[in-house]
Amino acid sequence: MTTKISVREVSRVFPVGRQDFTALDRVSLDIADNEFVTLVGPSGCGKSTLLNILAGLDHPTAGTALVDGRPVSGPGPERGVIFQQYALFPWLTVRQNVEFGLRTAGVGRRERRETAEHFIRLVGLEQFADALPKTLSGGMKQRCAIARAYAVDPSILLMDEPFGALDALTRVRLQEQLLATWNADRRTVVFVTHDVDEAVYLANRVIVMAARPGRVFEVVDVDLPYPRTEKIRLSPEFAALRNRVWQAVYHQ
Amino acid sequence: MAVLTDAPARPGAQAPVRHTGRPDRRRTLLLLNLVSIAAGIGLWWGLARAGLQFPTPAEVAAQAWTMAGDGTLLDDATASLGRVLAGFLLGSAAAVVVGFLMGWYTVARGLFEPWIQFFRTIPPLAMLPLVLVLLGIDETPKIFVIFLAAFLACVISTYQGVVSVERTLIAAAQVLGAKDGTIFARVVVPASTPFILVGMRVGLGSAWATLVAAELLAAQEGLGHRMQSAQLYYDLPTIFVGIISIGVLGLLMDRLLQLAGSRVTRWQEQR
Repeated sequence: MTTKISVREVSRVFPVGRQDFTALDRVSLDIADNEFVTLVGPSGCGKSTLLNILAGLDHPTAGTALVDGRPVSGPGPERGVIFQQYALFPWLTVRQNVEFGLRTAGVGRRERRETAEHFIRLVGLEQFADALPKTLSGGMKQRCAIARAYAVDPSILLMDEPFGALDALTRVRLQEQLLATWNADRRTVVFVTHDVDEAVYLANRVIVMAARPGRVFEVVDVDLPYPRTEKIRLSPEFAALRNRVWQAVYHQ
Repeated sequence: MAVLTDAPARPGAQAPVRHTGRPDRRRTLLLLNLVSIAAGIGLWWGLARAGLQFPTPAEVAAQAWTMAGDGTLLDDATASLGRVLAGFLLGSAAAVVVGFLMGWYTVARGLFEPWIQFFRTIPPLAMLPLVLVLLGIDETPKIFVIFLAAFLACVISTYQGVVSVERTLIAAAQVLGAKDGTIFARVVVPASTPFILVGMRVGLGSAWATLVAAELLAAQEGLGHRMQSAQLYYDLPTIFVGIISIGVLGLLMDRLLQLAGSRVTRWQEQR
């Protein structure tokens, strides 16, 4: 396993009035190629800040974040991001949204269309390819965003509480779908969540963070096999891991 | 069969669950609009009959017919429309460019803002004496003040549109590999169109208001001029024709703009 992402002594301090707020305090961690890592922790632990730094949308005040051995200096299409608020372009249809990154990359019309078609089918939105985002439900919007991120073929997917705004049923369904997609087509995934169940169910490895200052509190390896099924979700092994993560998150 | 017995005995309410309220309400509104217009004309007629110095609707209609027949109405309307369109289109175009520059580049904002804020406090008409002296008495000064009115009304709105583009949309474009130029053309411009359209509507209203006043002061033709000269001869029907023409034309242009706008911003969530 080669190292895909390497976070070295990364700190991020936000000036808040006269005082400084330390969102991240010398955080270090390595993430292997094709690993599925979840970041979980209480609010203010810096999990989203860390994700934004990896995405290149924010910069560390100290330390470096390396992707494929190179320091991150800005956003790029090799690191796809999925936002909690979906961030679909409301004036574009599902298809046009999925094609956005391909058009930016200068991919020709026909190839663009085929690629978009493929990923729209992958997330099950083929009947809504020409619909505007305003006509979609939250879950469908997020599936469209996932297809859009996948379409530019990133080697890393950074997901910031992507299912946080969805109802429990839709969330479970999208977790299944995400895992199925990831199983068929493995990438490195960094997934931020505040939901302990979700963190354990999806990940190879759960990184529990603590707040004030934001730091890595505990790393829990999840040695449950993929594909994960309902049987696994209800197994005692899963329960034990979940309890451990729960303790780490709520009794820091 | 509880559903059947519960169904209200309203005519035409076969599917009470589906949103039948919408077309119904629209029809009611339209009906009320018509009733209101008819009542207004009736009231006008009544007042004219009661001895107020109003021409009756029939007299105004007859005058409009005469003016339409000898071509003065069309000439005046064309002259006025031409001025408004020229000033409005130039003003909106300039406003969109300047508004975008101000929203996108801090330098542009710093340079433009004091002047725009200053001129915004001056009614464009107050510039007319100066403009007449500087630009002569032909079309240029009138178009210029209309331009100014439309520009000032639209520029702030465009600027607001650019600065209020959602940060996550820009971030989403960036992580999909878009650079500044692409982000501007494919995110900032479409995201700010609703703001630009609002600005253009305000600008259009402002342009009309300025036009008529400008024509009252200095013009050889146009609806405002026609009313001004009718005033000298105590020709009330002509004044009424002028007022109604201005209202109708303004309304038509506003509706056209609104229609074009709703086409362009169909993607917006209705709140």
